[in-house]
Amino acid sequence: MNFSLFLTELWNARLSLLSGLGDTILISVASVILGSVLGVFVGLAMTYGAKWLRFVVRLYIDFLRGTPVFVLILACFYILSVVGLDLTAFQAGVLALTLFCSSHVGEIVRGALSAIPQGQTEAAKSVGLTFGQTFVYVLLPQALRQILPTWVNTATEIVKASTLLSIIGVVELLLATQQVISRTYLSLEFYLFAGFVYFLLNFVIEQAGRAVERRISIP
Amino acid sequence: MSPILTISGLHKSFGKVEVLKGIDLTMQQGDVVSLIGSSGSGKTTLLRCVNLLEDFEQGSIELAGQSIGYKQEGGQRRRLSEREIARQRAMTGMAFQQFNLFPHMTAIRNVMLGLIKTKKMPKDEARAIAEKWLERVGMGQRRDHYPGQLSGGQQQRVAIARAIAMNPQIMLFDEVTSALDPELVAEVLAVVRDLANEGMTMLLVTHEMRFARDVSSKVVFMHQGRIHEEGAPEQIFGAPKTERLQGFLANSEF
Repeated sequence: MNFSLFLTELWNARLSLLSGLGDTILISVASVILGSVLGVFVGLAMTYGAKWLRFVVRLYIDFLRGTPVFVLILACFYILSVVGLDLTAFQAGVLALTLFCSSHVGEIVRGALSAIPQGQTEAAKSVGLTFGQTFVYVLLPQALRQILPTWVNTATEIVKASTLLSIIGVVELLLATQQVISRTYLSLEFYLFAGFVYFLLNFVIEQAGRAVERRISIP
Repeated sequence: MSPILTISGLHKSFGKVEVLKGIDLTMQQGDVVSLIGSSGSGKTTLLRCVNLLEDFEQGSIELAGQSIGYKQEGGQRRRLSEREIARQRAMTGMAFQQFNLFPHMTAIRNVMLGLIKTKKMPKDEARAIAEKWLERVGMGQRRDHYPGQLSGGQQQRVAIARAIAMNPQIMLFDEVTSALDPELVAEVLAVVRDLANEGMTMLLVTHEMRFARDVSSKVVFMHQGRIHEEGAPEQIFGAPKTERLQGFLANSEF
């Protein structure tokens, strides 16, 4: 391993690597936000929906969770263009990760809501709160605290899954790294470097999650 | 004086099992009525029907002149809207066996929530009322504690303050001491007794027979979904007429 050569090449490649990192972050943030919003609705439908709705949503969750993310990405990229929906590779990738994220968040939200004792809803009702008020002031704040650790975990999964978008040609951090490697042949060095950056990203996410968790924990 | 609560011909089933088979009960303002009976007799279900935590299929409940939960429209029995039902629920205050305080709120926030959201009170006014009631149940010092930092008896006192701060027409107590360690029972019963002495209208389900005898203006013994025997506490506990009640009392702790 020639360290000074690697540093020189790293400096040369800094812009393309940074742009790759930017895309990785953008993909992850967009997918987690969109997927979480969708996931909350999925979780609500699973918990409070009519029987038929619960059935449909259950199919949705099971289908998405039972499909490899890789296949999901390929499907969003190739199948949608066949049916006339022309998405860029970036959009198709974000769509796939959003769907993947929503199924996980949906399941987490459902679990958290159903873990809250029935007595909480009854107590809220007994002071005259409507269902909406009960949800916003009593159930959601408790569910969020329960959801947070698993949700953070899902976010790190999404960051990792974003590497798969390299397959459909999105130049995120992994593909950017591979392009540098094909030019410099420093595969070991740059793969190690990319791995370290991914670790750093997820480390920051997890630490931030823990910090929030401590802040909002109930005595 | 017209009664504050009139329950007539109340029927309630869980699936095929009929748990209330026609209940008639009338309460005047200031009455304290204790429901006693073995588990499965329907006493808790009856209580829960009064604040609509349970639907009921037949009969009616009238509270302060309002038909609770249902209305007759063109000969049809119709459930009221959720909003209407929420409003009616606030006319009753309920204390639960398991306290059911909101764990993510301090004691005072627990009491304030209904005042702010249901009664649309400004925060300051809600806080003042909450402080007053927490003081009254002896929890003024701990108003900023979370439920998890309070003992069972303290939690239950906060829960009672939360219910009564809403200024309900009637207070419902559902076995409020059953989940408490024996040494904590007295502090909660003292609070309930105080409320009774001040003229609060109360309907309570209890296993504390001595307490029921002391505090009630009327005791109702339920058996298999019906009112089996009712009367003044001296009569129910001193001279029970039916064999069932005699048997029940013989097996109860005093």
